[in-house]
Amino acid sequence: MGDFDLSFFIEVLVGGLLSGVMYALVAIGFVLIYKTSGVLNFAQGPLLLFAALTYVSLIERGIAAPLALVLVFAAMALIGIAIERTVLTPLANRPPITLFMATLGLAYVVEGSAQLLWGGQVHALDLGVSDTPFDVYGVFVSRFDLFAAGVAGLMVAALIAFFQFTRVGLSFRAAAADPYAAGAIGLRLHAILATAWIAAGFVALVAGLLWGARLGVQFSLSLVVLKALPVLVLGGFDSILGAIVGGLIVGASEKLAEVYIGPFFGGGIEIWFAYVVALVFLLVRPAGLFGRVQVERV
Amino acid sequence: MTFGFRWKHLVVASTIALGALTAAPVASLADEQFFPLQSYRVGPYAAGGSGFFGGFIDYLNLINIRDGGVNGVKLTWDEGETQYEVERGVEVYERLKSHPGVAAWNPLSVGIAYAMIDRITQDKTPLITINHGRTDSTDGRVFPYVFPLLLNPYSETSGIVNYIAGQVGGLDKLKGKKIVVLYHGSPYGKETIPIYELLAQKYGFEVQQIEVPHPGVEQQSQWLTIRRAKPDYVVLRGWGVMNPVALKTAAKVGFPVDHIVGNVWSNSEEDVLPAGDAAIGYTAITTQASGQNYPIVQEIVKTVYGAGKGNLEDKNRIGSVYHNLGIVNGILNVEAVRIAQEKFGHRTLTGDEVRWGFEHLQLDPAHVEKLGAKDLFHSINVTWDNHEGDGYVTFQRWDGKKWNVVSDWIAPDWALLRPIIEKSSEAYAKEKGVTIRTSEATPVVN
Repeated sequence: MGDFDLSFFIEVLVGGLLSGVMYALVAIGFVLIYKTSGVLNFAQGPLLLFAALTYVSLIERGIAAPLALVLVFAAMALIGIAIERTVLTPLANRPPITLFMATLGLAYVVEGSAQLLWGGQVHALDLGVSDTPFDVYGVFVSRFDLFAAGVAGLMVAALIAFFQFTRVGLSFRAAAADPYAAGAIGLRLHAILATAWIAAGFVALVAGLLWGARLGVQFSLSLVVLKALPVLVLGGFDSILGAIVGGLIVGASEKLAEVYIGPFFGGGIEIWFAYVVALVFLLVRPAGLFGRVQVERV
Repeated sequence: MTFGFRWKHLVVASTIALGALTAAPVASLADEQFFPLQSYRVGPYAAGGSGFFGGFIDYLNLINIRDGGVNGVKLTWDEGETQYEVERGVEVYERLKSHPGVAAWNPLSVGIAYAMIDRITQDKTPLITINHGRTDSTDGRVFPYVFPLLLNPYSETSGIVNYIAGQVGGLDKLKGKKIVVLYHGSPYGKETIPIYELLAQKYGFEVQQIEVPHPGVEQQSQWLTIRRAKPDYVVLRGWGVMNPVALKTAAKVGFPVDHIVGNVWSNSEEDVLPAGDAAIGYTAITTQASGQNYPIVQEIVKTVYGAGKGNLEDKNRIGSVYHNLGIVNGILNVEAVRIAQEKFGHRTLTGDEVRWGFEHLQLDPAHVEKLGAKDLFHSINVTWDNHEGDGYVTFQRWDGKKWNVVSDWIAPDWALLRPIIEKSSEAYAKEKGVTIRTSEATPVVN
């Protein structure tokens, strides 16, 4: 490996942490649904694709960016409500695996609809933020990655404030803690679930735009969920803070592993190394770092 | 209306339908040559698939509209959606292989092509893998029905190294230079690892090969490693989303884009457009030029799109890299049929007869010009034992809006590559018990 280069190590670490924030952005969408309904929403990736593809298609048709954002958010809200009404409500009280399979099917429907509606072309998406690096004491840092981290930070702060300090947020937490008790005291579970899907749609929109600006808006956007899964295992499926911390750990560890351990294995290890890290955490702490430990009487 | 009356009608209708069904193949056999298309217009690689198959169909349509087919034999086709998935590709093969008059298969997918080799060999129908496929299928002695036309992965590698040599002042100036190959983590991506090692040894340059795991949406660590390695050039051997991400990440770590050379599957508009300004100055290899400034492309615009029969919904994509590749693929398929017809007659040919046509597909630059494709592609010279056909390559540079050709036509080092190809194909023949052909006589299928 030669002499240890500290500034290079820091550069890899910083790059990894910033990549981790991007993974966390996707993971948060999963968390919102899991937190309120206990469902691992496999359609989060396709929702992200749908949001970004709709946004960029509207922009290409001459619609101003702010209006396009509003329209896409409205579309995501409608999709969220439709999913709640047509998929989740009819399957209420079914085993979790049934709900998971339903979201798996939903993923294909959303993916297919996105391409049917807007075509299979690759689109460029420019958010007006340069991806050129700047030099901090010899370490190159990406402006775009910093921007993405800022957006993620704002979104997490807003979501935490929403859950902690609003009545709707309180209802969310109540429904997540015990849906039967929440229903018994008069909370409208359907509305809560629909709101959760709308919030997940909003997260998908934000993540879709940021990932779309980085990859181009194309079908592969839905594959970014592969990056979110180890983050969820590590951070916990029902913790927003866990998604952030998990993202940072996964991002940093996979990059460092690729650079420093990868050459001994012929390279290309980061895709599975993230899952190795997640599995180790799973063995030590099955609920993840910040996940709620569930104890059931049997 | 009584039951008996309805029954009589049913018998009459069934008889007519049965007659039509049995008569149809005979009619189509008499004057139609069929191209089964395992296309992909949805899924992750839809952009490439719709461009390629669009160009292919546009050319077949041109031949039908302008010439009434090939010597009166109408060209027909049917599409089966594969989404670039091997299982679906094989399913489409099984579904369409019984259609009368199958000329050749053109899946434009390494995975599907690999899965079809044994099948098409048994069924004696050509499999065309233009610009891709397994390198050793160039050896027609062992792979009589497989045709990696124009360019196999080893020739591509040689062409790229020759281009880089031209940039640094000649092959002798490669000594001491450093080249990094950033490859897709798949059998396709790994195919050229040994040939880069071999060429590095031959010309004295240092090569470092770095894998990007599929699909390639994250490449921070690979590009930081590249920056630390300080190579003179990076060869991008990507696919799909890996390409724009590579260009953006290169810019992010400060690696100059004009020192990145893309391979033949990293050379389309879809590979550069999402990268925005980061792609300006990027150069990539190609076997066919892009743009509409070629008589054959203009004729397609006038005749096919003018008649409202164009295959691309978005006319801005006419002349794109994949569309022009589809057109060139159409030319090669049609000319193989035409050549075979001169031997076997102006009629619907069998797959084996079309195979003979491909094995005599020799189009020199003058012939290419006559076809309206001068400068679109250079030439091809397929023989019974050389199924690639010594295709020339050229290099194009992205200016932010379009590709511009920046080199002459370059010949890969075929003489150097042939013994390596034969070694591999002979090992395959031994493993599979394939009888190696010794002449252009009809191959014996074991």
